[in-house]
Amino acid sequence: MRHIISVLVENEFGVLSRVAGLFSGRGFNIESLCVAETLDPTISTMTIVTSGNEAIIEQVLKQLNKLINVIKVVDFKELDYVSREMVLVKVNAEERTRAEILRMTEIFRGKIIDVSPKTYTLLITGDDEKLRAFLTLIKPLGIKELVRTGPIAIARGEKVIKLKDKPLEGGEEDG
Amino acid sequence: MKKTGAQIFVEALKIEGVENIFCYPGGATLNITDALTDHSEIHQIVVRHEQGAVHASDGYARASGKVGVSLVTSGPGATNTVTGIATAYMDSIPIVIFTCQVNTMLIGNDAFQEADIVGITRPCTKHSYLVKDVKDLARIIKEAFYIARSGRPGPVLVDIPKDVSSGICDFKYPEKVNIRSYQPTYNGHLGQIKKAIKQIAASKKPVLYTGGGIITSGASAELVKFAEQLSIPVVNTLMGLGGVPGGHKLFLGMLGMHGTYAANMAITSSDLIIAIGARFDDRATGKVDEFAPHAKIIHVDIDPTSISKNIKVDIPIVGDSRSVLKKMVEIVEAEKEEFKAYKASIGPWLNETEQWKKNFPLTYVRNGTLKPQYVIEKVFELTDGKAIIATEVGQNQMWTAQFFKFLKPRTLLTSGGLGTMGFGFPAAIGAQVAFPKSLVVDIAGDGSIQMNIQELGTAVQFNLPVKVVILNNGYLGMVRQWQELFYEKRYTWTCLECAPDFVKLADAYGAAGYRIESEDEVESVLREAFHNGRPTLIDVKVNPEESVYPMVPAGASLKEMLLV
Repeated sequence: MRHIISVLVENEFGVLSRVAGLFSGRGFNIESLCVAETLDPTISTMTIVTSGNEAIIEQVLKQLNKLINVIKVVDFKELDYVSREMVLVKVNAEERTRAEILRMTEIFRGKIIDVSPKTYTLLITGDDEKLRAFLTLIKPLGIKELVRTGPIAIARGEKVIKLKDKPLEGGEEDG
Repeated sequence: MKKTGAQIFVEALKIEGVENIFCYPGGATLNITDALTDHSEIHQIVVRHEQGAVHASDGYARASGKVGVSLVTSGPGATNTVTGIATAYMDSIPIVIFTCQVNTMLIGNDAFQEADIVGITRPCTKHSYLVKDVKDLARIIKEAFYIARSGRPGPVLVDIPKDVSSGICDFKYPEKVNIRSYQPTYNGHLGQIKKAIKQIAASKKPVLYTGGGIITSGASAELVKFAEQLSIPVVNTLMGLGGVPGGHKLFLGMLGMHGTYAANMAITSSDLIIAIGARFDDRATGKVDEFAPHAKIIHVDIDPTSISKNIKVDIPIVGDSRSVLKKMVEIVEAEKEEFKAYKASIGPWLNETEQWKKNFPLTYVRNGTLKPQYVIEKVFELTDGKAIIATEVGQNQMWTAQFFKFLKPRTLLTSGGLGTMGFGFPAAIGAQVAFPKSLVVDIAGDGSIQMNIQELGTAVQFNLPVKVVILNNGYLGMVRQWQELFYEKRYTWTCLECAPDFVKLADAYGAAGYRIESEDEVESVLREAFHNGRPTLIDVKVNPEESVYPMVPAGASLKEMLLV
């Protein structure tokens, strides 16, 4: 099962390596990882996509919480959320394909962010499915290079991930 | 007041109450080494190898309950600590390791004696710091000690570059630690505890399965009280030995691969396992799918990651063993009525466990040869069980766990999780530093003792009268035993054909040396050795092919025991 996990960490050197080392050392999967500073410059958010059965995900969450520099861990499976990722694609843009690429980009509400005599560079955002659909369509036209972020996620509605104490893990509460 | 980093280091240690450090000098330690010159109130035990320093600080911590401290130089000095750190990490021992580092300007340049020790030890430390600015040093030392001893304890490494120890700043030691991302849970959730108590009241065959958490949290008295209150049989893990007095009527012995018949059968027949401060290690559980097949499981542990890691738990309680046990004792006391039916029906279970204990005790064949088990029984007898016992790893460790009936917590120092050969002797040195007047005995094998034998120099230099009983069988016995049972007796690599004359070796170091070759010498030689006041090696020529039984083969279920 695929999980998106948001990890609030101290914005210090070495923290990324602790988190990455935890995944490799314990044999957990890491499909993608996005890291950036939050509004509070002392804190960074890591958005990690991982997969595994229930027991593995439980360990991932607990082990992350155990790291001294980790302030909070949120598994988005427990929340209603929206997520987006972004892809930059450099495609061949020849006389006969230019119009088609433009049209496709428009349909997917993407943008052309760089142009050269022979190429377009496109920016598309969306969820995994949308990006895959777009790439399938654009592929026959000749993709020269592709760069993709992993997803970032945020809870829907008014729910905010607050920076309080670490939540007490499953074991603590009833059930 | 302005101080150098090295002076801040010394002051901080004094405020933390550090009385002993285990150290080894090098270019990068010099600022600190020099600052310690006039501070004999911090006793500085200089070892012979950095691995020895960390094991000694670990043994010091295990025996005393205080944080053990070591200090070594950069590069190879730092990398030599790794086995010691990993050993302490696996057994949750509170130690702080200070490694020195090349100048901050040189870090990353492959400078002479540079190693990224924070990177190297990241997976085997509870936490680690590279101090980049002398202004951070006091706070980091404060945090390091706090993190090492709080929650589930563990090793914390602090890497101090040479220009940080020479740097100057105002010294003010913080009074409080404030780490927003680290707040260990000590008190168990009351609702969960009550649920557990209800479950116990409804059980007919409960077993307390307890481990190192009992020792760490000082919960022995509470555990014994709770067990007695409800007449619950207790099994210990290796790390938990001493948590219940070895001769207690409810104590069934150690469980697991070399556990007692009674302990393993009790687990297998139980309808409720109450695990406290234990972590369901594979050596304890045997085949996980067949561990306690009829039981519900209550698990009390301060570390949430230990819960439901290997075995699915029915009632998890995150908290400190002592505080949770205390609460449980209170609740049982207040709700005596609830336990009427339980008490009326517990008799048959106690009889059953008592029968196992009586019919299948730990035993060995006395046939006129010198048996290692006999030697350990004699060590127990001659010390009234009051010695602090360290072990190496392998057969010596298992026989000690079986035949020395540990009476009190913190009297067994053994590398349970990592299984580090060479641990016992330096650990015994550390314990002797903590308790100069106690008798400290390392029960060793001829293989293990050679892994850190250089520390004889340390023991002699600092007058630490540690006794090393070498159960010398000429083999790496535990591996040989596996070869005997599972590899058609092909003793590849395990026969130590060249060993030193341990008596002469002791003499060469200025220690006392004895040799025992038959049963009738055991008592008199041990008696003399235990009273000679000197560091001592006792070379005991035991029966070479003696094996440790009972045994549950790796991967088998606990009920599939080879008895002899």
